[in-house]
Amino acid sequence: MNLWWLMLACGGLTFGIRYSFIAAEGHYQPPPWFRRLLPFVPVAALTALTAPELLLVQGELILGGDNPRLWAGLVAIFVAALWRNTLLTIGCGFLALFALQRL
Amino acid sequence: MNRLQAFSLGLRSVMPLLLGVAPFGVIYGVVALQSGIPPLAAMAMSSIVFAGSAQFLLAQLVGAGAPLLLTAGAVGLVNLRHALYSASVAPVLAHLPRRWKLLLAYLLTDEAYAAAIPHLLAAAPPSRSSAGHWILFGSGFGLWAGWQVATLAGVLIGAQLPSNLGLDFALPLTFIAIVVPMVDSRALFAAALVAGAAAVALAALPYKVGLFIAALAGLVVGAALTRTAK
Repeated sequence: MNLWWLMLACGGLTFGIRYSFIAAEGHYQPPPWFRRLLPFVPVAALTALTAPELLLVQGELILGGDNPRLWAGLVAIFVAALWRNTLLTIGCGFLALFALQRL
Repeated sequence: MNRLQAFSLGLRSVMPLLLGVAPFGVIYGVVALQSGIPPLAAMAMSSIVFAGSAQFLLAQLVGAGAPLLLTAGAVGLVNLRHALYSASVAPVLAHLPRRWKLLLAYLLTDEAYAAAIPHLLAAAPPSRSSAGHWILFGSGFGLWAGWQVATLAGVLIGAQLPSNLGLDFALPLTFIAIVVPMVDSRALFAAALVAGAAAVALAALPYKVGLFIAALAGLVVGAALTRTAK
């Protein structure tokens, strides 16, 4: 029973965080600097999610040849910058990863 | 773009992310059962909480017998970054009736947001007739359905499923495919650089708080640079 209450609490909290600004929109007047931050949310938040996946191996910063995900990720960044194609980027990234893991 | 087109655009955009999310869902199902959570509750958690890393944490803390308040607090911290997504999409959803806002807030995950946001920003300015929010509904629904199926597979079939194929790499790759084309100014580049470096530097902080701080740092640097450029 306790477990269900815990799940409901965590679900409610998670929903509250996601609903917060969506609910408040139109009911408050944010300061101008706040609006200036928003265009950077997608790039900043998604890069923050991605960078540790490429640079850290089990919490350790590994920049050398024994971190194939870093190099495959750099290939993907290069492909994404040149062709701006999602499937091509993912395909090349996976190909690079598998190739590097076979080396 | 009509509703169906917008919905299927969102659905298609989230598909590559499902490739990476599915293994996580399976592992979550396995971890939840190992933590002593009954199958029905493990499944229900994927609907009630519906947040990948928070569910892992929740399962582990339940397994360890952590107190309720600490567990809820930790889950809140892990999901703090979703407030940024909420602020980011709020202006686009402002004109919608409350039931839409409730539904889209419930579906607002990393992946649903990432898949929809380039299209949301590119779509015509929101109005009563526009269907832009159906893109977010499509990506959110796609991820939700995939997460439920993956959890179910983890709960039912469990450890027999191969979960170490490297498919989780689809997540960073798709985020790269989404972010790189969006970086078209010096300020955005600096924001990405700062957020990425800070996320790596702060990765050891508990409950993913480092992610949230890193994203904030990126926002501030980006906004500061736009200001000086003008």
